[in-house]
Amino acid sequence: MFKLEKRPQASRSFAYLTPLLAILATMVAGGLLFMALGKNPFEAIRTIFWDPLFGEFASFSRPDLLVKGGPLILIAIGLSLGFRAGIWNIGAEGQYIVGALCGAGVGLAFYPLDAWYIFPLMIVAGGLGGWAWAMIPALLKVRFQTNEILVSLMLVYVAEKLLAAMSLGLLRNPDGHGFPGSRNFKDYETAFNGELISNTGMHWGVAMAFIAVIFAYILLNRHMLGFSIRLTGEAPRAAKFASVNPTRVILFCLGTSGALAGMAGLFEVSGPAGQISIDFNSGYGFTAIIVAFLGRLHPVGILFAGLLMALTYIGGELAQLTLGLPAAAIQLFQGMLLFFLLAADLLTNYRIKRVKKEAV
Amino acid sequence: MKLTHLFATAAVALGMATSAIADDKTKVGFVYVGPVGDGGWTYEHNKGRLAVEAEFGDKVETVFVESVPEGADAERVMTQMALQGADLIFTTSFGYMDPTINVAKKFPNVKFEHATGYKTAENVSVYSARFYEGRAIQGHIAGNLTESNIIGYIGSFPIPEVIRGINSAFIHARKVNPDVEFKIVWAYTWFDPAKEADAAKVLIEQGADVILQHTDSTAPLAAAAAAGNVFGFGQASDMAEFKDGPRVSSIIDDWAPYYIARTKAVMDGTWETMSTWDGIGAGMVGIGEITDKVPATVKAEALALKAALADGSYHAFTGPINKQDGSAWLAEGETADDGTLAGMSFYVEGIEGDIPQ
Repeated sequence: MFKLEKRPQASRSFAYLTPLLAILATMVAGGLLFMALGKNPFEAIRTIFWDPLFGEFASFSRPDLLVKGGPLILIAIGLSLGFRAGIWNIGAEGQYIVGALCGAGVGLAFYPLDAWYIFPLMIVAGGLGGWAWAMIPALLKVRFQTNEILVSLMLVYVAEKLLAAMSLGLLRNPDGHGFPGSRNFKDYETAFNGELISNTGMHWGVAMAFIAVIFAYILLNRHMLGFSIRLTGEAPRAAKFASVNPTRVILFCLGTSGALAGMAGLFEVSGPAGQISIDFNSGYGFTAIIVAFLGRLHPVGILFAGLLMALTYIGGELAQLTLGLPAAAIQLFQGMLLFFLLAADLLTNYRIKRVKKEAV
Repeated sequence: MKLTHLFATAAVALGMATSAIADDKTKVGFVYVGPVGDGGWTYEHNKGRLAVEAEFGDKVETVFVESVPEGADAERVMTQMALQGADLIFTTSFGYMDPTINVAKKFPNVKFEHATGYKTAENVSVYSARFYEGRAIQGHIAGNLTESNIIGYIGSFPIPEVIRGINSAFIHARKVNPDVEFKIVWAYTWFDPAKEADAAKVLIEQGADVILQHTDSTAPLAAAAAAGNVFGFGQASDMAEFKDGPRVSSIIDDWAPYYIARTKAVMDGTWETMSTWDGIGAGMVGIGEITDKVPATVKAEALALKAALADGSYHAFTGPINKQDGSAWLAEGETADDGTLAGMSFYVEGIEGDIPQ
């Protein structure tokens, strides 16, 4: 007989080991899944994890790793601050949309003016847009003790409606023959978030993601506010005694995650996506939640998790293309990753112990 | 920076070279916006792909990626397809327009075909179907079938394509039933069974006994079946599984002939940039079987209408037609020009409500 016993202290080594275990388990279970679909599991795993990095056309997919991973990391860093404090912002997708709308709106308002200050203004507007959208659940929570999970999630759907209305109305391209969608920023050099170094995928959003990783690391390890955040999440009672102001933590965490998500939206709309369109958002805000947990809510972990997640997207598409794997199988595969991670988490906080059978 | 650029160009050239000498099979790629099992829009495009395979057998290889978000993701998928040696790539959603143009610039030797857009290039053609011709037939049947004189219409997005369909259906419903009214609900999605079902239920509660849909799932038909005594039409695909229930006919997108013709053109080296907008006549728009729930006389009229639309003796937008605000649009006997139709952003006279802006 086996029994689960709570560890007196969370195991440090398992905290580092579980992500690797989870990836391994995902590969095995995913391989079985692909085999059941009649594909060679080794080839499929190689296509997903190896080919985008070192395959024949890797010089094209490696930049995409940054393009796809950048927004995931940027959003996940913001979310992780709140998650550490037990504040659950599930609505990053909405903040991402509103940030994109505000930032793009500012940029398009200047069209076709050519001035250096336009792009910085767009970034500020994007951040403020996301921040403001996140302030709604934050203020409601502070003032009326509403549940921020529900409010922030519901606001995603509101933001989606706003996005549709904007791409059909206010921000619609006047030269677009009545079709929905804004002007394309690729045709508006001043406001375009292009590659900083060509063919690297490196744009301002990716740079911002790296900066966010560094700042989050410093904040959590070297700053009083970071300590308050961690204390609030790990020991709320102790936080109270240490006179941590919960209102301040809530406003800071939701505000920061909103602002970062908003900026991610702006960088995406003015760069890789190019324009506001009805289906502009493609789930970054939700995927970032997985990335945050996959990265153990640790800034450096999130950096790797974001890149890994991007890899499964790009490799997944490649597997569809070359092996004919259905998209649903790829999504299942990504889902397994989180599932196994959460399952393996058990080992961090519990240990398996043998117990002798007791006589009845 | 220049050096990296040079390398990239070389890499592209290399990619092109390998794809050219890889084999003599023509490789055709498809980028889908939904899952191939959506039963509507993407399902029909995928049927077109399978038809290409059936037609050319060993001489062709097809690949596809499904559920590709519009924007940066689409660009990446198209790039990968081109790198993997595709000779011809069909991008099957309006939102792929700018990505298609961008990728096409990078791969001048690969041919691109973008569905429902308007931007062409040296190696980019556009194609779409005159679905409004099918809508005319739907309007004719719906106007005859309705008892409550209220026809519900589930719109996806207020774009010219959808508005054109509403106008065409309305004109022909009014022709056979002057008391008919349209209630229009915007779902703001192309494919979302839950939202579509909700929209259908709302319309049925408001008294609609015929539902027309411009969204791709079968959910509205299921909702109509549950309500009973409500008729509906298959959209994009035949949706024949509802034939014993509410479905009385359907508009079928038949991309197969076009896909086969374009693949052949690439094989023969005769491919040229074109803007194709075909209707019932060319077989791009099919009308699914009209069931016995429709009275025989109405069915005969509908088939006659179909024949007239097919041979071009009748245009679905033939005057006199006024715009919603009462101003004249088409004079007696005048037919709409393609330019106006392509960018249609107004309702015709008699439709109530405003187009959301």
